[in-house]
Amino acid sequence: MTPRIYIPGDSGALALGAEKVAKAIEKELADRGIEAKIVRNGSRGAYFLEPMVEVVTDKGRVAYGPVKPSEVKSLFDSGFLTGGHHKRWLGAPDKIPFLARQTRLTFARCGVINPLSLDHYKAHGGLKGLQNAVAMAPAEIVKQVTESGLRGRGGAGFPTGIKWKTVLDTTADKKYIVCNADEGDSATFADRMIMEGDPFVLIEGMAIAGVSTGATKGFVYIRSEYPHAVAMMQKAVEVARKAGLLGLNVLGSPNAFDMEIRVGAGAYVCGEETSLLNSLEGKRGVVRAKPPLPAIQGLFGKPTVINNVISLASVPVIMDKGAAFYKDFGMGRSRGTIPIQIAGNVRYGGLFEAAFGMTLGEIVDDIGGGTATGRPVKAVQVGGPLGAYFPRSLFDTPFDYEAFAAKDGLIGHAGITVFGDTADMLKQARFAMEFCAIESCGKCTPCRIGSTRGVETIDKIARGIEPEKQIELVTDLCNTMKFGSLCALGGFTPYPVMSAINHFREDFKPAPVAEAAE
Amino acid sequence: MIMQPASTEIASRTAAIVQELKGLEGPLLPILHGIQEEFGHVPHDALPVIAEALNISKAEVHGVVTFYHDYRSRPAGRHVLKLCQAEACQSMGSDAIAAKLKQLLGIGFHETARDGSVTLEPVYCLGLCACAPSAMLDGEVIGRLDDEKLDEIVAEVRS
Repeated sequence: MTPRIYIPGDSGALALGAEKVAKAIEKELADRGIEAKIVRNGSRGAYFLEPMVEVVTDKGRVAYGPVKPSEVKSLFDSGFLTGGHHKRWLGAPDKIPFLARQTRLTFARCGVINPLSLDHYKAHGGLKGLQNAVAMAPAEIVKQVTESGLRGRGGAGFPTGIKWKTVLDTTADKKYIVCNADEGDSATFADRMIMEGDPFVLIEGMAIAGVSTGATKGFVYIRSEYPHAVAMMQKAVEVARKAGLLGLNVLGSPNAFDMEIRVGAGAYVCGEETSLLNSLEGKRGVVRAKPPLPAIQGLFGKPTVINNVISLASVPVIMDKGAAFYKDFGMGRSRGTIPIQIAGNVRYGGLFEAAFGMTLGEIVDDIGGGTATGRPVKAVQVGGPLGAYFPRSLFDTPFDYEAFAAKDGLIGHAGITVFGDTADMLKQARFAMEFCAIESCGKCTPCRIGSTRGVETIDKIARGIEPEKQIELVTDLCNTMKFGSLCALGGFTPYPVMSAINHFREDFKPAPVAEAAE
Repeated sequence: MIMQPASTEIASRTAAIVQELKGLEGPLLPILHGIQEEFGHVPHDALPVIAEALNISKAEVHGVVTFYHDYRSRPAGRHVLKLCQAEACQSMGSDAIAAKLKQLLGIGFHETARDGSVTLEPVYCLGLCACAPSAMLDGEVIGRLDDEKLDEIVAEVRS
């Protein structure tokens, strides 16, 4: 049997040297005259172990990581092609605690299969959802998605099935499926991982959305900061077209569905759905007022399903195993699983897919292992640049849309940034306002002007100029931005700002140096 | 209007790109990406050509070009280094990394070195948040930046 070696081609693994490791392995194979097949898989998401190389042995897959290029020779000397022992030996990848503790539904294949092999995809349960869907009435598919309890994973948490139903019920000569892959929130990389590691699951999810709503054209809008994901999706769409998964007869059914990959141009606000639609149409990415809802008048004025990558990629498993199976995971009104992305100053960073309901503390301390620097955790920001900073005293909050809202926070796209005790929360609050100012589309005043005034006011606090008065002013400003902005950029910037002020007030006190000078 | 030879050249190359892509639904962003790839920036002389072909005003094209951070009005350096400055990287000291890099390269953000070797830009998230701080050099991703990696980057852009 020709040995088979898996080396991730995922951006995160590449950033940690996977390409150099691959080159070293190729060279070593050539030098030793060994014939082996190298597969460039996605990442399983345990980034603290990347680059993680896996070999297929007669006892199953064996992982080694994190592998340095300089260690490749010794790996061969230790007989790693047959699972031999080495200091980087990790054993069976699915037994690694970080991975074994997860519930992988959406990410079941990510990092496991060859991302561009449809045979691999099918061998691991792929396409079953779409096969079921094409045999069902559109309304029945929508009902399944609604009953699964799936809510928009992009951040807003709106029930996916309801969006689909609106599009299904709206008559039009053309309808669209738009996938929002403008994953701009810091601490999030789930969309990127799926697109690089299991692109067919997204294509399958979009095709199901098309079949269920009568939409015949899909667009994936990927941010330009993700060149590897763009390349992978483009290749995967080609493969899917050739295999009849996309085209005039999806899987031989009478349903037509085709899709195109589009690349953004570096505007964070285009992650907002109506900005994204304008951008796709070739306009400035300014926010549209709602109503009309995109489901009724979306892309080019036509009924449009616009969903996040993870929402769409979670549909195939729902259509394969049924709404009840998916709904069985989770808590309260947050059903199913959520790919939590643990990032920043954290020891065990990566993607952790789990049913809703784990507490923030479990995720940060238990799974994440605290900070990478070994310092105590001071704050965690949940939900990207528009998410609140949580102090340790709120670590008992369960990961659930409503529970986070009750603590003046949000889950967002489920990214968590861990900060050690050296973090300056005033600086973080200032950054939130600054970021909003840089990325504001300029359409509404609270966001466009408010963000700049926010930076200036926080700067006054930092300089000790009537800090209490300034805090009052920022609070009032945040209130205006929250209720007066058109979209979540201006509307949610108050979350990081106010949470920093409320939970870390000591960082907003005048510097002791200033007091001494008086 | 008398066209300068250089702008005629730009116009004809632009027209070819526009011709290839104008059949797409919502073709403007793909066209602008194509033009930036061709010229390294979006030349001012390309705008009227696009406007005419798509039957929109030059002001509309200008509005779109200037809205997006990616489109350059001037060519970049031979290398483009994007340094992530978003929260996950901040938590791992991206501020200090930025300060050091600016000093090593002798330029600030949005600036190009005098010898044209490199353009330095901030970027807000590369999706490498579990291996922060991160950067992208000419499309190649680099994670867990440290002094050693900064030295390597500087050596590469100067070579």
